[in-house]
Amino acid sequence: MSAGPRSEARAGLWMTLPAAVGLAAFVGVPFALAFALALTDLRLGSPLAPRFVGAANFLGVLADPVFLRALLNNALFAAVVVPVQTGLALALALALDRPLAGMPLFRALFFLPVIFPFVVVAVVWELILAPGPGGPLNALLTLATLGGWQAADFLRDTRLALPSLMLLSVWQGVGFQMVILLAGLQGIPRSLYEAARVDGAGPLARFRHVTLPGLRNTLIFVVTVTAILAFRLFDQVRILTQGGPRDATTTVMYEAVSAAFDRNRVAEGSAMTVVFFVIVLALTAAGRRAVRHAGGR
Amino acid sequence: MTGRAQKALWTGALAVAAVGYLAPLLFLVAGAFKPDARVLAEAAGWRAVVPVGASLHNFADVFARVPFERYLMNSLWIAAWVVAGGLAVNGLAGYALARLPFPGRRLVLGAVLALLVVPFEAIAVPLFYQMAWLGLRDTYTVQALPFVANAFSVYLFYSFFLNVPRELEEAARVDGAGPLATYLRVVVPGARPVFATVAVLTFLTQWGSFLWPLMVTVGERVRPLPVGLAAFHTLPPRMWGDIFAFCLMTAAPVLALFLLFQRWFVKGAVDSGIKG
Repeated sequence: MSAGPRSEARAGLWMTLPAAVGLAAFVGVPFALAFALALTDLRLGSPLAPRFVGAANFLGVLADPVFLRALLNNALFAAVVVPVQTGLALALALALDRPLAGMPLFRALFFLPVIFPFVVVAVVWELILAPGPGGPLNALLTLATLGGWQAADFLRDTRLALPSLMLLSVWQGVGFQMVILLAGLQGIPRSLYEAARVDGAGPLARFRHVTLPGLRNTLIFVVTVTAILAFRLFDQVRILTQGGPRDATTTVMYEAVSAAFDRNRVAEGSAMTVVFFVIVLALTAAGRRAVRHAGGR
Repeated sequence: MTGRAQKALWTGALAVAAVGYLAPLLFLVAGAFKPDARVLAEAAGWRAVVPVGASLHNFADVFARVPFERYLMNSLWIAAWVVAGGLAVNGLAGYALARLPFPGRRLVLGAVLALLVVPFEAIAVPLFYQMAWLGLRDTYTVQALPFVANAFSVYLFYSFFLNVPRELEEAARVDGAGPLATYLRVVVPGARPVFATVAVLTFLTQWGSFLWPLMVTVGERVRPLPVGLAAFHTLPPRMWGDIFAFCLMTAAPVLALFLLFQRWFVKGAVDSGIKG
């Protein structure tokens, strides 16, 4: 009946409550728990009560060569995938950013792999990466190098396993970035291009002085998200390599899950996820800082 | 060169690039229909993407070898709860945060924005422990409940409602409708774009979810499709035609949704890009 401020306040509380409770219980609590558990020696299924061990898990984890290798793998993955995927996505977006009749169709086609579950893509790529001359990628490389390529066992070669995962990630992810960059491109006022053209700027100069500055924040966002995604890598590793060969493809999340789940070392796994979160936080902060510095444009 | 010739050339180049780029998916589709032996034998040439001797044999095999229909129903059931529950709960919260002045509003809003930074992977291990402690392993509940409330969905609703003009709502309020009635009768019908976007994003994330169900499911009873596929693809004897048929059927629902609601997928991707 009465729609006064009191009833509005009450309604607001009730309407927020379910989501607030859910977020507190299933994000807030486990988030706090990650820090708390990381300071104990908890093991799942152990009859002993967990004890407080301070920073021992963090010291242990950061001295563990396998975990350090996982960190390095994630960093390498990010260092390659971020620039390659962003560059390809930008090229695709620029290629599609013109009034062609088939533009919506092409945009949809290049976006298509994004909607596939990671597990499906990983399974299909396992066959694409099949060893021997009968493997599709091997055959393609042999063709491209006019027979110069030696058929490789991509997923069991310590030098090729991680690059193989990078390849399939770029393939699957490029469409997502492309769509975002395309939206960014379409947000740049056409008048800016016209003005640059009047000033005698060629295509390259227009790209440098109109397109890139206009895309700056979009690019920063896309780079940040892709870098974070690189540190979240798990599904493809689990399906294709199980971290091998000889830890060449293990990742922070893969190690965290194997510690907590396969070895029941919940505390150690929690410490690893805390390390993971600190990295994500640093990447997010760096992205936001870069956007702020670009502000006022 | 004339403008039209240039356009045709450009379209042709894009078409070639698109076919090359989508070759892995064509390989998947062709392989799902081909006799098993041919999938690997013909993988190295152009025949890889041509379904010679196509049949539904592989699909029948999948159903004969594993309870695929069980996995499918599990996935659908879990996704339905997460999507429906998420739209209800996060929509209400997003609206209240955008419109209704209540004590603690700024605090909740700040908390939601802060939680946007927390990827699921950062809480998976402790959440697993929490759920094991609650005795919820190997249930539908453990797979759906933690994902109903979602900070990003709340944020999408919040920013949508913030930019909707208030006139209609005020008219309803003058007619004596309370906030909840106004929301349900006036706001929701006019907010189809944001509901569609959130529904598509939620479904897509949920459908591909692998890490969490891998951790919390034990047997086949509540196992969803991605975990079923992971198990099936190492199940001897390894038959790639069957595996691809499983893959294709796992992707089919998202593919169908994509064909029907393409613009909401693209909008979802772009919206998720705007938050930065």
